Amino acid sequence: MKALRNYLDKIKPNFEKGGKLHWLYSTYDAFETFLFVPNTTSKSGVHIHDARDSKRTMIIVVIALLPALLVGMYNVGLQHYLSIGQAGVASLLDMFLFGLLAMLPQLVVSYAVGLGIEFAFAQARKEEVAEGFLVSGILIPMILPVDTPLWMIAVATAFSVIFAKEVFGGTGYNVFNVALITRAFLFFSYPSKMSGDQVWVRTSDTFGLGGGNVIDGYSGATPLGQIATTEASSFGEFAFHGVTGQSLSLSDMFFGFIPGSMGEVSTFAILLGAIMLIMTGVGSWKTMLSVFLGGAVAVLIVNLFAQNALMGMPVHYHFLLGGFAFGAVFMATDPVTAARTEKGKWIYGFFIGLLAVAIRVFNPGYPEGMMLAILFMNAFAPLIDFYVVEANIKRRLKRVAAVKTANDQ
Amino acid sequence: MLGESDQTRRGAVTSKFVRICPEDYPGVAPKLAVRVDDTVKAGSPLFYEKNHPEMVFVSPVSGVVTRVERGEKRRILYIEVKADNTNEYVDFGKKTVASLSPDEVKKTILDAGAWFTIRQRPYDIVALPDKQPRDIFVTGFDSSPLAPSYDYILEGQEADFQTGLDALAKLTTGKVYLSVHTKTTSPALRQAKNVVINEFDGPHPAGNASVQINHIKPVNRGEVVWALNALNVALIGRVFNKGVADLTRTVVLAGSEVKQKGYYTMLIGTQLSSLFDQNVTEGISLRYISGNPLTGRKIEKDGVLRAYDAQVTVIPEGDEVHEAFGWASFSPERYSAGSTYLNLKKKYRLDARVLGGPRAIIVSNEYDKVFPMDIYPEQLIKSTLAFNIDRMEQLGIYEVAPEDFALCEFVDTSKLELQLIIRRGLDLLRKEME
Repeated sequence: MKALRNYLDKIKPNFEKGGKLHWLYSTYDAFETFLFVPNTTSKSGVHIHDARDSKRTMIIVVIALLPALLVGMYNVGLQHYLSIGQAGVASLLDMFLFGLLAMLPQLVVSYAVGLGIEFAFAQARKEEVAEGFLVSGILIPMILPVDTPLWMIAVATAFSVIFAKEVFGGTGYNVFNVALITRAFLFFSYPSKMSGDQVWVRTSDTFGLGGGNVIDGYSGATPLGQIATTEASSFGEFAFHGVTGQSLSLSDMFFGFIPGSMGEVSTFAILLGAIMLIMTGVGSWKTMLSVFLGGAVAVLIVNLFAQNALMGMPVHYHFLLGGFAFGAVFMATDPVTAARTEKGKWIYGFFIGLLAVAIRVFNPGYPEGMMLAILFMNAFAPLIDFYVVEANIKRRLKRVAAVKTANDQ
Repeated sequence: MLGESDQTRRGAVTSKFVRICPEDYPGVAPKLAVRVDDTVKAGSPLFYEKNHPEMVFVSPVSGVVTRVERGEKRRILYIEVKADNTNEYVDFGKKTVASLSPDEVKKTILDAGAWFTIRQRPYDIVALPDKQPRDIFVTGFDSSPLAPSYDYILEGQEADFQTGLDALAKLTTGKVYLSVHTKTTSPALRQAKNVVINEFDGPHPAGNASVQINHIKPVNRGEVVWALNALNVALIGRVFNKGVADLTRTVVLAGSEVKQKGYYTMLIGTQLSSLFDQNVTEGISLRYISGNPLTGRKIEKDGVLRAYDAQVTVIPEGDEVHEAFGWASFSPERYSAGSTYLNLKKKYRLDARVLGGPRAIIVSNEYDKVFPMDIYPEQLIKSTLAFNIDRMEQLGIYEVAPEDFALCEFVDTSKLELQLIIRRGLDLLRKEME
């Protein structure tokens, strides 16, 4: 560590004002502060500071995402080997390795493109590089179908980082969640690659690993896709099935052994992440809980008037399937795009849950509603805050009025 | 925080020179009343407020003015007085508060140069003597880190304290509110007369005037209230009981880097080098603070006790520390008010590092947790940055002082200079409004 420190000190003058590489200072600073806590001391105000900084906050979110990522990688492999009929032969390690190899290029592309743009903008603005994309960059591959082409990820990431974040001023100023904008961009630009029953399971090999022919009777539809297109007239007559036509149990859905986006399948792993976020205070439990509450209320109402299988689907299926849990825990809680007041968070979360279920149920074209619900509420978050803060202002004005009347009498 | 002082009195500290720094007094535009080489007594004016010439700032010692140090734009940094050995006081005459009119009480405090101890809301400036305060609020304890115990300092000053309260009661048509800690046993505070006593409990910032005012009777637009702490009330009381300007303070010396901590008595403006000599950790760079680590002023090793402070703190500067991978650290030495670190220890040795780079405000509900008032701190900060006056008024700018944002600044993940933002906002607002 000491040698590294000395090396950094040695090359530092090159990046400072007047140095040859001064235009790369933000980049240098990003690497230096990544390696070492900055030793700048306070100049005004408080003399002591909390040890928590932006890096710590972001890394906690990344760690909280890891369980979902790991289970998701395993599941990518599992679904693949199921689809080629080798699930009995392939070992756990094979499956995990297959998933890892499938995911890694996506992660690399997302980070390379996103961070590249972030560094460039920070450089141009002569600011420090913000850490926000460390989270967005890992979220992006986790919410996309495993077969999304890499160039699409690159284009979509570039689009969303530039137009959803940097034009607003960078991390902390964006209105919409960057990862979700990436997904929305792909969803509306390349709908065939983002939905349907061909994209959720990788049937071909990955880097030569796991080659084989797809078995007869294979179907790659996600459970939500299945129920959205079913002919069954009520939920009771309907049954979820896996890629080989096997029936899916609730535990399959809870632990995440179903087709779907890598990060979203395992509700169990997401819950682990939620516990981590809540215990460290990085994610708001109020937002998470209210999303589930909003979803539950919506489902219960819809259940009462059920006309088809989807309308009759009970609450716990809604929570276990699709991106509901993932969205509630990792997307809705993004502090920048969510409501910033505590009362506002209850309202914000509640409507996300409500809208997500509404979009799911009353929309034949698109079986999942979480993404659109969150993006929609992102737009409304400032309005919610406005009314919450307005209540405080009214209280203050009332106080003035009360004093005035007292004085007049 | 490590470095709390036990309650031991360690005698008086004196220095050859005293320095009075006009920057200590917010809202004051200083006009010199002396020149270099003038002879002054303890209690002679050194400078006064430009728009309120009756508000004078006096020399704490008798001697000769040796230097007027100026900084950028000829701003006066400090006025230095070389103390003679006799310390002759200007005699204002002992007075009984009961027999004085409100104007006479005010004049006595102003003449003795003790007026600065009274601060006003809005703007958190030295109280303007020509304004009538709605009420006066006295804080009876200091809740900030390593703070001195008012109970302990006030021992033996009970009479002065009560006289001070009586004097304040004359200055307002409203009430004088005294806020005490639920655990206090100080007879001076418990048996105070002529005031309304409220009890407060809880961690910092429970002792801040703004918090107490917000809970007792909030400040509204157009109203003026005054606030001061119990130590300053005793200082005002001394003016009446002794008839001289006695700017002596009992000061706690604390901080993790101080060897012999304790309570010292000294005059405002006393050079502190003798206090630090042989008494602090050697071999590392240190931060000397007049005041507490949250709101105090950074001073040099030969710096002086600033006007409002009853605390001097020494902590490590930390600029030679290069901590690897802080964001992944499990080090028990890192303290955080949140739960992203384990926080196993009870007390921490905190240094002056910012521990991060400046960012936009990202994390929400961070300030609210350490801001126990009916105000939205984040929204107020944002409107202050934008200097949207209407919005600032609506969100309660008149009720706050920079010190109220000290804890917000401490916990801030985005490492913004919140106290500075509020201070500038308040100054600018005052300029706009007057």
